[in-house]
Amino acid sequence: MTQKPRTLFEKVWDSHVVIQEEGHPAILYIDAHLIHEVTTPQAFTGLKERSLPVFRKERTWATTDHNTPTKDQDKPIKEPLSRTQVETLLRNCKDFDIRIYPLGHQYQGIVHMIGPELGITKPGMTIVCGDSHTSTHGAFGAIAFGIGTSEVEEVLGTQNILQYKSKTMNIKINGTLGKGVVSKDIILYIISKIGTNGGIGYFVEYSGTAIENLSMEARMTICNMSIEMGARGGMIAPDETTYKYIKGRNFAPKGKKFDEAVKYWKTLPSDKDAKFDKELEIKAEDIEPMITYGTNPGMGVKITGSVPTIEDFSIEQDRNMFAKAMAYMDLKPGQKMIGQKVDNVFIGSCTNARIEDFRMVAKIVKGKKKPDWLSVMIVPGSTQVALQAKEEGLDKIFKEAGMDFRGAGCSACLGMNEDKIPAKNYCVSTSNRNFEGRQGPGARTMLASPLTAAAVAVTGYVTDVREML
Amino acid sequence: MRNKQIFRKLQSTAVPLPMENVDTDQIIPARFLKGVTNEGYGEFLFRDWRFNDDGSEKENFVLNDKTYKGKILITGPSFGIGSSREHAAWAIADYGFRVVVSSQFGDIFKNNCLNNFLLPVEVSSEFLNELFTAVDSDPEVLIDVDLENLTISIPSKNLSEKFEINPYKRMCLMNGYDDIDYILSKQKEVEEFEKTRKNDFSI
Repeated sequence: MTQKPRTLFEKVWDSHVVIQEEGHPAILYIDAHLIHEVTTPQAFTGLKERSLPVFRKERTWATTDHNTPTKDQDKPIKEPLSRTQVETLLRNCKDFDIRIYPLGHQYQGIVHMIGPELGITKPGMTIVCGDSHTSTHGAFGAIAFGIGTSEVEEVLGTQNILQYKSKTMNIKINGTLGKGVVSKDIILYIISKIGTNGGIGYFVEYSGTAIENLSMEARMTICNMSIEMGARGGMIAPDETTYKYIKGRNFAPKGKKFDEAVKYWKTLPSDKDAKFDKELEIKAEDIEPMITYGTNPGMGVKITGSVPTIEDFSIEQDRNMFAKAMAYMDLKPGQKMIGQKVDNVFIGSCTNARIEDFRMVAKIVKGKKKPDWLSVMIVPGSTQVALQAKEEGLDKIFKEAGMDFRGAGCSACLGMNEDKIPAKNYCVSTSNRNFEGRQGPGARTMLASPLTAAAVAVTGYVTDVREML
Repeated sequence: MRNKQIFRKLQSTAVPLPMENVDTDQIIPARFLKGVTNEGYGEFLFRDWRFNDDGSEKENFVLNDKTYKGKILITGPSFGIGSSREHAAWAIADYGFRVVVSSQFGDIFKNNCLNNFLLPVEVSSEFLNELFTAVDSDPEVLIDVDLENLTISIPSKNLSEKFEINPYKRMCLMNGYDDIDYILSKQKEVEEFEKTRKNDFSI
């Protein structure tokens, strides 16, 4: 029996379609649903109004992350609205009998941290969450995407979601990454090339030798930011690196079942002759450490580069967008990025708050001090990472450098909890979005890798980390 | 539960927002996502573009310009990218819009609109420009959006364009159905799927 060659996405998709009626979207079965306090209260209200239970509570995991403070985590949340939202999730999880890892629990953390960490995230699965960075989980060869609150209600109530099949794109990155170039630079480079809308309507598979050589943590950073080019999600084919990462984690299959799983997972990578709707090729050698200068993640340049000038844009709308970004960022068109003075450094978020990121940062800052004017916040993505960092003594390295190592949470990535970047401050951030006001009203974000952020953390200026390696 | 407002036809003036790549953090900043209901978000719509820090209105923002009003919001390309927050759709609907027009929408935002009976109309770049020009030269110009015939038109200019929408979603909007109703009607198939599926190592 010969079957049409299929992509990784198509294989996982096909195995989860419950029914696809003519003229309808597919009913797609969801294997794991991650929930948090911000995008669920209205969904639970909806379930109550419909008198529906949670259909498969064993496939649902809850945590608190967006609203939670990263200081004094053992005390009640000060801000009343944040507290109410967190308490609402606790109550809903109790009412609907859903497992939850709230603040204070050793498994608490950003939803996209805890899925992989606990072995919930595995190849061949469908995973959703009311958060656009759900694309992170695609690093394991899962179909994972962000959904709205109505869809959270839909998945809670039915364990299924109505979906249109996305188009597929393959971004192949072959070659060897240069010194000081890490996975964050790969994804910032891609988005700077194809723009914030280049992926709309697509599920992107990242492949090629440069991807194969990455750790799981580095792969997650890439898939995490797929949404920043508009893609529905990102995926990377599972391989030995993936299986090794999963083995032994809490929700991973055990013993013989694990071997069976690996046997199945090995069938998932895209077939040799599988057709993608779009293909892109990038040479790893072309990628340098990246930094953004503007107000969307596509406005990025190599660190040794300059802010563009209005003449670099041919379309009027792009010119307007550039002018607006310059007004907000208060940078000069044509200026060099290197040497730009910085006020804050934020190392954290579901993009770059894993133990590997902190080890990278610690290597650079060890034995150095941050400049007086600079505020440096280092926020682990999960309590597990916080504990691990302490075990390895990384927290001491950061403290000795005058940097603030905090408790786990989304922190200053999104200007929702107590951690915000003050207006007009320049912040080099390892997070995923440099939108206007994202890190707090008026905050000026420059996205970069943890390595680059570490270099800035000890110099106070945009710096080429390669000079420190 | 969402307010199931049936949508068939609408004639209205429009509010133009000719900006590209408007992300959902601009539509509603994260610090206003702390509610536990889906009501009352209209006052936070485009909060930081619309109001100064002291709460006073910013003069040059279109929602503060009395010249423009109506139930249709016309926006630049790639509208609603970024965060999945459904609050963005709630804010637009709560403010009083029933239709958002662009040449391209962020995927999640588009779904969120449809799930809230807020109609996202995707038009060609040319027609989008026609709309901006028409509203710019006459803020009172009426625009027709017809979901039955899938057309958007400017009757006074004799301009019209077809738009596409999935037939299923169109049926939902026109009849007040939602996705949960549909999936629940397939409960038997779902349970059969669970019983017969192979290679499930997820839990």
